[in-house]
Amino acid sequence: MTDETFNINYLAQLARLELTDEEKQHFSSQLGDTLEYFKRLEAIDVEGVEPMAHAFPIYNVLQEDVPSSTFSAEEVLANAPKSSENQIVVPKVVE
Amino acid sequence: MKYEAVIGLEVHVQLKTKSKMFTRAPYYYGAPPNTLTDPVVLGLPGTLPVMNKEAVHKSAKVGLIFGSQIAEVCKWDRKNYFYPDSPKGYQISQFDQPICIGGAVEIELPGPSRNVMGEHRSVRLTRAHLEEDVGKLTHGLGESLVDFNRAGAPLLEIVTEPDMHTSEEAFAFLTSLRMHMVYAGISDCDMEKGQMRCDANVSIRPAGTMELGTKVEIKNLNTISGVRNGIDYEIKRQIRCIEEGEAIVQETRRWDAEKSRTTSMRSKEMSHDYRYFPDPDLMPVKLSKETVEGLRSELPEFPYDKQRRFLEQYSLPFTITSVLCPDRELSDYFEAAVAIYNNAKSIANLIANDLLRELAEAGSHGSLPLSECKVKPEHIAGLVKLIDEGIISKQIAQDVFIQMFKTGHAADVIVREQGLEQTSDTSELEALCRDIITNNPKPVEEFKGGNEKAINALKGQVMKRTQGKANPKVVDDVLKSLILN
Repeated sequence: MTDETFNINYLAQLARLELTDEEKQHFSSQLGDTLEYFKRLEAIDVEGVEPMAHAFPIYNVLQEDVPSSTFSAEEVLANAPKSSENQIVVPKVVE
Repeated sequence: MKYEAVIGLEVHVQLKTKSKMFTRAPYYYGAPPNTLTDPVVLGLPGTLPVMNKEAVHKSAKVGLIFGSQIAEVCKWDRKNYFYPDSPKGYQISQFDQPICIGGAVEIELPGPSRNVMGEHRSVRLTRAHLEEDVGKLTHGLGESLVDFNRAGAPLLEIVTEPDMHTSEEAFAFLTSLRMHMVYAGISDCDMEKGQMRCDANVSIRPAGTMELGTKVEIKNLNTISGVRNGIDYEIKRQIRCIEEGEAIVQETRRWDAEKSRTTSMRSKEMSHDYRYFPDPDLMPVKLSKETVEGLRSELPEFPYDKQRRFLEQYSLPFTITSVLCPDRELSDYFEAAVAIYNNAKSIANLIANDLLRELAEAGSHGSLPLSECKVKPEHIAGLVKLIDEGIISKQIAQDVFIQMFKTGHAADVIVREQGLEQTSDTSELEALCRDIITNNPKPVEEFKGGNEKAINALKGQVMKRTQGKANPKVVDDVLKSLILN
């Protein structure tokens, strides 16, 4: 099922997800419901309201530039499936 | 047909801060792989970003340097994509509210010769936005290695209008940008260390027309020569395409320095869909007028302004100003010396010739930094004063300079201890000159026969016998009067 406002195959590709037909239908329906909800939000009259990135008017959460501690290379690599030369090994990403 | 290239640049500049953009993990160049990370850098669950005040302030300073509008309020957005260099699956960047809007960079094009100032013009800026750097990938056989040290370092992306037309202009832009950044302590902008990286948008159009051609983005122009060669190659490639009746495809191409060519990375159809949205973890930043004015007061005099002042105030030749002024430390050093002893020309010459030569020879990796040099402005001032007062000859001054450089002793101390004062006592010189005239009949005859230059051989002998301490002008007079009378 493909809603007119989104393409489930394209979304799955962007999210790097391999979906079965059944899953596609399942998630399409869920995403469709979410979009329905946004339509309700869109119906609210926001004339004269400044667009905002946050609900709270809090600005300038800033820290002084004072360096703190770091992980050791061993800690960084602890969860890596494969490592070499203190770096994480991944499948080659350029041709 | 004649074509004109249209070039716009996107330059990434790493800001010189001690810690990263959204966490206080340290950042510096050259650390062993994966030793500059923390839970935020690695995007571990439950971590939250906190903005680096210094990075925000340095970015605003860049806007002030180039006359941009500093946003009263700006916010940060997530740029979503999957790539192994980006642990979170998104990069925190600024989409529609960048910290700096507009502005212009003054550039200098090469003059007709080294001695003549080239044309100055300005390249307009579109915007500059503050984001985080990504990790570094090293590609091997079938595998890539990931180092997250660089991930999260503060990065300012500066975007120009398509205001340049040759690789020469692009080069001049980068040179000027770097000079201003280093002057104001914003970044070291060392391209070899990845502190300044450049992508170019290049299109061509028939000369004299206004409509822009299809643009191609070139990535990986990561050295100064790469910028020149990559842009030149791409201009030629596009002209060849059009002349052979092919259409230019809107695409991203990578500059391959080894093979000296650009190759296609992706076309527009495959372009990324970044799905930007405001980062809910970061609150927007407001820069008050007071903060902005405070930052403005910390800015130094800019290099081209300083150069114009040096040309006028000190009547220095252009070549000398173009050595002194691009380097803030060196030009400050010059002015400190002139403040002690007022002979700008001689001081500038000593700095541009002797000092820079010795610094270049003394350094193991490039020149020795001025801060480590034993010769201070007062040493230079003292040496020039001794020359001006006729106490030492210019020739001796060269040796005194080298000794000052090695020992850090004052010029007058070196001169006194070694008895290097110049001899202007004519009776002593006369006896010596007589002796040399008697023993060198050949140049004497030549000089009498009208060869003016023959006297130099005699002068050389006198200087050698006095170990350079004779006043050359006096020697010249004495020799001539003895030979001709």
